[in-house]
Amino acid sequence: MRYLFSMAWHSAWNRRFTLGLTLLSIALSVTLLLGVERIRHDARQAFAQSVSGTDLVIGARTSPVQLMLYSVFHIGEATNNIHWQAYQEIAANPTVAWSIPISLGDSHRGFPVLGTHAGYFEHFHYGNRQSLTFETGKPFDGVFDTVIGSEVAASLGYHPGDHIVLTHGAGGLTGQDHNDKPFVVTGILAPTGTPVDRTVHVSLEAIEAIHLDWQGGARMPGFEIPAEYVRKFDLTPKSVTAILIGLKSRAGVFRMQRLVNDYADEPLLAVLPGVALDQLWQVVGAAEHAFLAVSAMVVVVGLCGLVAVILASLNERRRELAIIRSVGARPADIFVLLTAEGVFITLSGILLGIALLYGISAAMAPLIQGHFGIAITPRPVSLDELWLIAAIIGVSLLASLVPGYGAYRMSLADGLTPRI
Amino acid sequence: MASPVIDIEQLRFRYSGSASDCLHIERMQVAAGERIFLHGPSGSGKSTLLGLLGGVLTPSCGTISLLGHELTQMRATARDRLRADCVGFIFQQFNLIPYLSLLDNVLLPCRFSALRRGQACISGHHLEAEAGRLLDHLDIAPELHKRAASRLSVGQQQRVAAARALIGRPGIVIADEPTSALDADRQFAFLELLQKECSASETTLLFVSHDHRLAADFDRTIELATLNLAPTNGGAS
Repeated sequence: MRYLFSMAWHSAWNRRFTLGLTLLSIALSVTLLLGVERIRHDARQAFAQSVSGTDLVIGARTSPVQLMLYSVFHIGEATNNIHWQAYQEIAANPTVAWSIPISLGDSHRGFPVLGTHAGYFEHFHYGNRQSLTFETGKPFDGVFDTVIGSEVAASLGYHPGDHIVLTHGAGGLTGQDHNDKPFVVTGILAPTGTPVDRTVHVSLEAIEAIHLDWQGGARMPGFEIPAEYVRKFDLTPKSVTAILIGLKSRAGVFRMQRLVNDYADEPLLAVLPGVALDQLWQVVGAAEHAFLAVSAMVVVVGLCGLVAVILASLNERRRELAIIRSVGARPADIFVLLTAEGVFITLSGILLGIALLYGISAAMAPLIQGHFGIAITPRPVSLDELWLIAAIIGVSLLASLVPGYGAYRMSLADGLTPRI
Repeated sequence: MASPVIDIEQLRFRYSGSASDCLHIERMQVAAGERIFLHGPSGSGKSTLLGLLGGVLTPSCGTISLLGHELTQMRATARDRLRADCVGFIFQQFNLIPYLSLLDNVLLPCRFSALRRGQACISGHHLEAEAGRLLDHLDIAPELHKRAASRLSVGQQQRVAAARALIGRPGIVIADEPTSALDADRQFAFLELLQKECSASETTLLFVSHDHRLAADFDRTIELATLNLAPTNGGAS
């Protein structure tokens, strides 16, 4: 048996150029499959870690998925706001430990602007209960101060002290700039791998201030309030878009949720972020399953190529197999010989594929982090990936049986004198 | 006389799907140490007989025994083992596995037969030393031994094949047209070497050829065309 393996190895080495190409295609397909799985895992991780330590997310009544999309991911828009009065009542509830009001709707060169209060930098957590830290600078203090996320700073090249202008809405229309009231960057947050990196943070008062002379989404003609006078006005917000709250005890979370959902004065919705993220991921998840399916097909294509190459070589090797039989090999030995050859190549392909995965992910990690905000950290093969690799090995063993069986049948038919 | 090395009785063989017998031999015996010239033109059922002697084909009826082992009573794997233990084959050409060295090619039967492995070492030789000794006897220069088989001339290849057939004293060497790919003067040189080595190891030689010129030095000539009673239709090569 051991000698058969050694022969299979020599035989494969003898045809190393043809088989090498096949091996490479298997390696690349394995890299693709594992890579997709890894990105999928990292994306889900990034997704699940976008908010942490928050017990309830509250907004105007809508679907939980919609609420998560705009309050946490700053995608899409709220259908309605929450009155300041309601916010204050909720924040004053004795079971509430902290609350973060969020006011959305403006943008800066495509990056969403988020109005909040200083408690945000203290209470907002992401990942594994990590709090926000400052790369440079400090939280906003004045009305026209702003704290920007790491990606905003990196892609626009901002430093503390720079002046920026906010735009009304998502920035699709021109002439909607709040250029009469520029902001100054006071701080830049450290990278988090969450939507925070893409966000421009200002105070709630600032949101109020830049819209003093606006009404119904447009500047009021002939009415201007210069920046230096805004402090003379009452800058208490009239409404906020969403609220994140943390409770003193998690045990009260369902009571609080019911309280908010039954709020009499206006229709509100409170969701548990974990549950809503899960629902949201199910929507996004369809695409990632499709990706995984496509990569799995690529692996199958690679294995089909291998089977085809070995089967095609069988005819040239009839003589060789007849000789091996003449010196005493059983048909079963011929089967083992050809199967072992396929197994060698697929196993080497899988190993090379894993090596390529580590090589490529080390080389591409900064690029992926920059473009997609997904942190690819080098790490040992996970349990999920082990299962995937085991599945690939299983399928490739099955595939290797095909040429083995072909050779077995052939050597039975040919005996010692192949008919060529 | 000791029991025959090859003993065929009432043998009939028919390929499945074929209407008539391809081979029908009433009686054929070969004694130990005999050197037989089996003359078989193409279409005389030569390959079929080799397949039956090698145990890869089974007769439709009749008996065939090698060294006292009745092949028709044995299972396929036992016949494979008997072939490995007792028979050395030399074919017309392309006898060698191209990706193995000469030594590995010669040692191939020892990989499949513990018996021949044991017999190769019986004179106190190391396995590789025994293979080297045979190659030396067959005029293969030592510097070629580790070379890949694909680099040899046809004549060299046939001599390596002879060494492989002889290693471990298999009892019977069956040579199927081993000289037909060689030029005339080389044919006799090869034949002489083969005969010498067979005698040295007391191996029975069954030499199959269509070329009568080569028959001179053998103990006995068997005409397959007259031995085979099946209607010859030239269909089975």
